[in-house]
Amino acid sequence: MEGNSVVKFLRKYMMLIAMVIVMIAFSFITNGKTLLPMNITNLISQNAYVYVLGTGMLLCILTGGNIDLSVGSVVCLAGGVGAIIMDKNIPWPIAVVAMLVMGLLVGLWHGFWIAYVKVPPFIATLVGMLAFRGLANIIMQGYAYGIDNKGFLDVFGGGATCYVPDFLAKVGPDLEFGGYTLNKTCMIFAVLAAVGYVIFTFYNRTRLIAKGYKVDSLAAVIIKSVLIFAVIIWFGYKLACYNGIPTVLLWIALVLGIFAYITTKTTLGRNLYAVGGNEKATRLSGIDTRKVMFSAYTLMGVLSGFAGILNIARLAGSTPTYGVGYEMDAIAACFIGGASAYGGTGSVGGVIIGATLCGIINQGMIIADTPVNYQKVVKGLVLIIAVLFDVIMQMRRKGAKKKTEAANAEKGGAKA
Amino acid sequence: MAKVLLEMKSITKTFPGVKALDNVNLKVEEGEIHALVGENGAGKSTLMNVLSGIYPIGTYEGDIVYDGEVCEFHNIKDSEKKGIVIIHQELALVPYLTIGENMFLGNEQGSKWCIDWNKTYAEADHYLNMVGLTDSSKTLIKDIGTGKQQLVEIAKALAKNAKLLILDEPTSSLNETDSRALLDLMKKLQREENMTMIIISHKLNEVSYVADKITVVRDGSTIETLDAKKDDISETRIIKGMVGREITDRFPKRHDVEIGDVMMEVKNWTVYHPEFSERKVCDDVSINVRQGEVVGIYGLMGAGRTELAMSIFGRSYGIGISGTLKLRGKEVVLRSPKKAIEAGLAYVTEDRKGNGLVLTNSIKTNTTLANLGAVSKATFIDKDREYQVAEEYVAKLRTKTPSVEQLVGNLSGGNQQKVLLAKWMFADPDVLILDEPTRGIDVGAKYEIYCIINDLAKAGKSVIMISSELPEVIGMSDRIYIMNQAKIVGEMPASQATQENIMSCIVGVSGESSSSESVGSEG
Repeated sequence: MEGNSVVKFLRKYMMLIAMVIVMIAFSFITNGKTLLPMNITNLISQNAYVYVLGTGMLLCILTGGNIDLSVGSVVCLAGGVGAIIMDKNIPWPIAVVAMLVMGLLVGLWHGFWIAYVKVPPFIATLVGMLAFRGLANIIMQGYAYGIDNKGFLDVFGGGATCYVPDFLAKVGPDLEFGGYTLNKTCMIFAVLAAVGYVIFTFYNRTRLIAKGYKVDSLAAVIIKSVLIFAVIIWFGYKLACYNGIPTVLLWIALVLGIFAYITTKTTLGRNLYAVGGNEKATRLSGIDTRKVMFSAYTLMGVLSGFAGILNIARLAGSTPTYGVGYEMDAIAACFIGGASAYGGTGSVGGVIIGATLCGIINQGMIIADTPVNYQKVVKGLVLIIAVLFDVIMQMRRKGAKKKTEAANAEKGGAKA
Repeated sequence: MAKVLLEMKSITKTFPGVKALDNVNLKVEEGEIHALVGENGAGKSTLMNVLSGIYPIGTYEGDIVYDGEVCEFHNIKDSEKKGIVIIHQELALVPYLTIGENMFLGNEQGSKWCIDWNKTYAEADHYLNMVGLTDSSKTLIKDIGTGKQQLVEIAKALAKNAKLLILDEPTSSLNETDSRALLDLMKKLQREENMTMIIISHKLNEVSYVADKITVVRDGSTIETLDAKKDDISETRIIKGMVGREITDRFPKRHDVEIGDVMMEVKNWTVYHPEFSERKVCDDVSINVRQGEVVGIYGLMGAGRTELAMSIFGRSYGIGISGTLKLRGKEVVLRSPKKAIEAGLAYVTEDRKGNGLVLTNSIKTNTTLANLGAVSKATFIDKDREYQVAEEYVAKLRTKTPSVEQLVGNLSGGNQQKVLLAKWMFADPDVLILDEPTRGIDVGAKYEIYCIINDLAKAGKSVIMISSELPEVIGMSDRIYIMNQAKIVGEMPASQATQENIMSCIVGVSGESSSSESVGSEG
């Protein structure tokens, strides 16, 4: 069964490995330009919306491969609402609340039709995609709005203040490494995060051992910890070489953290997986499956509103054409990250990998001066390769399952 | 002496590391019905897959001698050309195409560029006539019941010029009338067309009824071949071959349980079909169950048993439900499965893959699904507690699995059934309704499930066991209701129940309409 464990390993980490390979490949093609601190930083801020929308999309996909086509339009609508409010010199926190409420209302609207009236999600959100885009145009009357509200831009990372200020710049001597002056706040933050991760991993492992649970072998855990430690430090260093922590990174981390928690540790999360795996069985287990669907689309709406906030902050303004095609980026991130198109499997971790891989490919092609139309072809092909991989792995797994069945047959009556 | 049509000689099929078939020999004479029996996973299906070319030549050792020559099948098409046609357990018909279109799917009549529909339907009618089906070949598949669909499958096989027909569990989804009709059709084909057939079945009474020879497969080897003319082919004899020992007690001893007060009482319960709202699926049904009692509901498939159970369980089936439901003497109205669970009911479905389990989730999450509240605070799941619960039930029910993180989809039928039971036992109900709890699982696992049922009764639970296996109902119940055509047609204590007087209850009412064509026990 050694071959089996290799397959298992590949299945689990394939996209991660692919990501590293793609990253290295692009850095060769572009003579290392893609790994410059500025480009690493941009990778995060340019793709912030993919992480946020991908997380929401994951919830919908988990419930049975259902998608939300409207998110691009909702990003635009929420952004438009916020921009108009700020344009009227109303305090920015009100605008932020209004944008989230806008997203929430859209989510409730979709949730109602999909969960309670049983309109197929594809249709319901296609309607949303058209209607909310139109609505955005109506309220903005076709104009673009600029945003110069300093408070808003500071908090959500837009314009000239995209970064967390270096509080520690004056403390101690300048930190220089590899020809860059490092942002100390960022570096210290990265070290804390890396050390924290390692401590938590080992603490958790000892706790599980104490309770007598099965855990991964010590060697595997050490290798994994060392790798993740190195990645965090490297990433922090790259950010520190440029302007430090992009503000938006904090928001992304917050969203991903909250939803990773919801999907793995709460009953709502559990119910999302159950509904996607077998809706009837879930209903007969006394779970209100309508409520689960409703929650998924409502949360998707709120996250669309939040992506709208990040979007207008980054671009310091809003126009009626923002957000076109965002839904596709979010859907692609989920599927590349291993979510099943039939529902029931997928994770926030997968979304992170999927969104990052998309971002790397996008950025790499731009830096390598690939013509725009070719970029689209490549992006399409990447999606089919990712899904193809999933399909092949599933087939192999079925093959493996047949083998186990045969193995059981060998044991004869033991199989009961 | 008839000539030998098929001989499989020392077939060995090895999957990496495992021998699934070990030196298997099978000899089938022309014009005979040959049954293949064995426990789940004994190697019956593997053998038939070798024969029909699903496992191509080269992936196994040994020879297939068919009609006097050694055959090399690379795929199913090759074997079908020779006249070997396999009908799989799960029907492979397209619901929105007509019978005729289905029969010639992939084998269209007419020229290469143009389908000759007149010829198609004429041919189709010819073969339908042969299997005794009177429906027009232009009927859509979705409009006929499963019994007739099975006949269409056979007609489809005949249309391929089958000489050797392999039927894999042909009656597993049929009710008793349809099953009998199918078996009689097999006998007719044997008589009139001199058709050779291999039947794989778990239903041993059918095997003894229809087969000329019975080959028992165990642990990837053929154990013995019984000849109906010479040998004893009673069920007990076959079981002995299958499990390698004689099972004298197919049912465990009941514990001495004191039967208490009435726990649940259903009165004048009437339910209508959700799509055909004229049709009653339960008609004025009244039943009750006491504490510590196992009540059997016997009925054929389509008698309304599942419909009754599901409509009681939070109205999860049917419309226009009327009647009263009392729990511990108090009348309750349960409008959703959630309410039913809260009131102390549990329904263990007959359709464990469709309605019972989330196959893509682990044993652990399936176990706690119906009672997540018990392992979580507010909305946050206590993973440690959940893990412990799952481990506890795996140990208690002796579920065979490497760990509780195993996906349920990877387990065998018997173990899946145990996970399903674990889920509902963890929900801690007062009344458990078990719908066909032993369907599709082998003899050994059945016995274990029976033990669990007895333990539940001992623990003071009320158990309603729905089953279409008479011996099971008689062997397990304290009291038996007999249900037929949406009505309760009899009630008797187990001590008075015999196969004869239960069947007479059913015959007593079903005289007027024997066409109980698949009432569609919707899940």
